Amino acid sequence: MKTSYMNPYLAGVLLGLVLLMAFFFSGRGLGASGAVKSVMVAAVDIVAPEHTANSHFYSKYVGEGKEPMEAWLVFEMMGVLVGGFLSGAFSGRLNWRIEHFPGITAKRRLVFAGMGGILFGFGSQLGRGCTSGSALTGMASLSVAGFVSMMAIFGTAFALAFFVRKNWI
Amino acid sequence: MGPLIPQEIIGADWNLFIAFVIGIGFGFVLEQAGFSSSRKLAGMFYGYDTVVLKVFFTGAITAMLGLLFFSLFGWIDLNLIYVNPTFLGSAIVGGIIMGAGFIVGGFCPGTSFSAAAIGKIDGMVFIGGLFIGVFFFAEGYPLIEDFYMSGSMGPIKVSEVLGISGGVVTLLIIIAALIMFKLGELAEKRWPRAEY
Repeated sequence: MKTSYMNPYLAGVLLGLVLLMAFFFSGRGLGASGAVKSVMVAAVDIVAPEHTANSHFYSKYVGEGKEPMEAWLVFEMMGVLVGGFLSGAFSGRLNWRIEHFPGITAKRRLVFAGMGGILFGFGSQLGRGCTSGSALTGMASLSVAGFVSMMAIFGTAFALAFFVRKNWI
Repeated sequence: MGPLIPQEIIGADWNLFIAFVIGIGFGFVLEQAGFSSSRKLAGMFYGYDTVVLKVFFTGAITAMLGLLFFSLFGWIDLNLIYVNPTFLGSAIVGGIIMGAGFIVGGFCPGTSFSAAAIGKIDGMVFIGGLFIGVFFFAEGYPLIEDFYMSGSMGPIKVSEVLGISGGVVTLLIIIAALIMFKLGELAEKRWPRAEY
């Protein structure tokens, strides 16, 4: 049973080939946050259809002939869950755990994970895509938006790293 | 020839199935690279593990070169490839908020799903946060819409802004990446961490 991680440069080449196949087959790149948006929109549409019909945001995705769940990214992200699970099974990494730096409690780790998720979710909508959809895919297609996203995301994370260092080192 | 589905060489009915298969590859590679570990991802920002830099840039370069070669061979029509449009203000502010989320939460959306897929509870909580964050954006949209739509530059490419060919842009990025890989290797020696 192989437990160590793949060589990062080999993993990068494989990631690039997966992205290239997305371009070659579907004419579009990878993504992640868009799937969260689709599922959230579909859920709100079930609970409050009048609200979604009257909203400038939701009405882009719901209404006549629009099916938010029949989105490319929703199916891609279902695949990500399957692929991640297969990789974990293959390398003996499947187990329920809260991974955290030994210097902090599991509870603190979860609180920060939740806060980070809220920030990332909000930012991904404002920025029209996350690290996968805007930064990685955007850079591969040489889009200005891709490079701006990449620099803003990584630059900010570096700039703020000092303030949350006790969570990580 | 390509892209196959926009050119109707493969029927549009297959698009979601292909998305699922490509997703399996994406999730498998993310997990194999160690992107299911928040401590590995965060290592990027403290210098002890620069796997993010290596995988991300190697991936971007591989896809860039692939598109260039496919185009050269006549295998793909680059005009049919989706280029995400640039809205400068919202891209910068959105990126800053995402960067804060990255260092606070230890994941980005794709990597949190990869972590959740192997049972990491912190990944699942991060995903819960994503839904809340997207919901906040959707409900706050009337207040944000003007800013969100401002500064539209269309699907503009770096090569167009700089007035040089896509091939030269790619070459410059490869050179920059090789320098960063070297710096990353040096950082890992400078700030070593025991296995985690």
